[in-house]
Amino acid sequence: MQDVVLALLAKEPSHGYDLRARLLAALGPLGETLNAGQIYVTLTRLEKAGLVVQEREDAPVRGPRRKVYALTAAGQERVAAWLAEGLGPRADVTEFHLQLVAAAESGMASPLALIEARRRELRRSLAEAQRAVLTHDRDSEAGLLLEGVALRLHADLRWLEACERTWSATTAHKEGGGN
Amino acid sequence: MTTRGGRRRGARPRHGDPEGRPAGPVLRAVGLSRFYGQGESTVVAVDRVDLDVPTGQTLAVTGPSGCGKSTLLHLLGGLDRPDEGEVWLGGQRIDLLGERALARLRRRAVGFVHQDFHLMDELTAAENVELPALLAGDSPRTARRRAAALLDRVGLADRARHVPSELSGGQRQRVAIARALVNEPLVVLADEPTGNLDTAATHDILRLFADLHAGGQTLVLVTHDERVAATADRIVSLWDGASADDTPLDAGGSRLGALLGWEE
Repeated sequence: MQDVVLALLAKEPSHGYDLRARLLAALGPLGETLNAGQIYVTLTRLEKAGLVVQEREDAPVRGPRRKVYALTAAGQERVAAWLAEGLGPRADVTEFHLQLVAAAESGMASPLALIEARRRELRRSLAEAQRAVLTHDRDSEAGLLLEGVALRLHADLRWLEACERTWSATTAHKEGGGN
Repeated sequence: MTTRGGRRRGARPRHGDPEGRPAGPVLRAVGLSRFYGQGESTVVAVDRVDLDVPTGQTLAVTGPSGCGKSTLLHLLGGLDRPDEGEVWLGGQRIDLLGERALARLRRRAVGFVHQDFHLMDELTAAENVELPALLAGDSPRTARRRAAALLDRVGLADRARHVPSELSGGQRQRVAIARALVNEPLVVLADEPTGNLDTAATHDILRLFADLHAGGQTLVLVTHDERVAATADRIVSLWDGASADDTPLDAGGSRLGALLGWEE
């Protein structure tokens, strides 16, 4: 959560309300449990850690000047590190999804490059799992666990294909639109 | 002097490599393209693919359906000819060979395995395996001996006299693999070899491929199934006919432990 919030601030300073709206858009029904309080608690923690600062909005579109949160240099570094390091084979779908959204939003990493790096990571893990599957008795306890591990990695890889399709289309659209 | 890149795409000697590289790739594609249709409706099935397959490697080619992976396999095995580029097999350029020379080379140097087995229904398992050996000029006795040994190797010695309709899908595919091996090909090319099989039969086939790999057989495997691809030494992904990624899978890793949550 901290990393996602930080990354969403990389493009421009935002109000907590806007951050929540952006997260809700990315999460759909999975974001139903996300309340405004959690966003502010996260922002407060990030502020204490010196990763964000509050500043006055320059020129509000309408209404009074609000306080917005902006990344510090340390915050900027942490976003870059988070986007560069990869999540490891156990990361769940939501976590990686938010990393792609944050990468695109911040412009600090290419979603397609993240997808490619993750595919390599998952393929190497699946290679090990699948080799182990083939050398263990399917009906043994270990064999059963290995089958589950291989099936899960397989599902993650199939979902990456969908990610690749969607994010290539988004990227092409943006480039075509003269962005 | 030509640059390395220039030499790859430029003119090459017709036969073999003058520098003589014994450990060089057994199979090589250089700038390989294949188009279908003409004018504005031209479809690029394979788009400037460069590929080196070293001897003894198991290579998986993956990608969504329609990405050109089967067309690439057909080009590599001399079943189809490229519109651009070169195919080298065992140090010989094969895309310029005449039909008869190509057919002869295919019979000897390439073993094909298909998704739907392609066995002759009226022949027994043993006769199916013998057939390519006989066509390549082996004596009936030699062909019989080799077929028996290969059926034994794929675990079907006791099914040798059965016709395909009396065999399960997995058994049929094992017969097809034995047949692909009968002329000791330089490469085995398999197109979705487990596409029609259930999980247990798929595992049998993958174990058999691992066994062939251990014996030094070069294998190119086209599949859309990541679990099948995961058994290879290397995965090449095709996207719209072009090579989009090339991932070596080092067998010696230790990533499985990271899948346990215990370190936290």
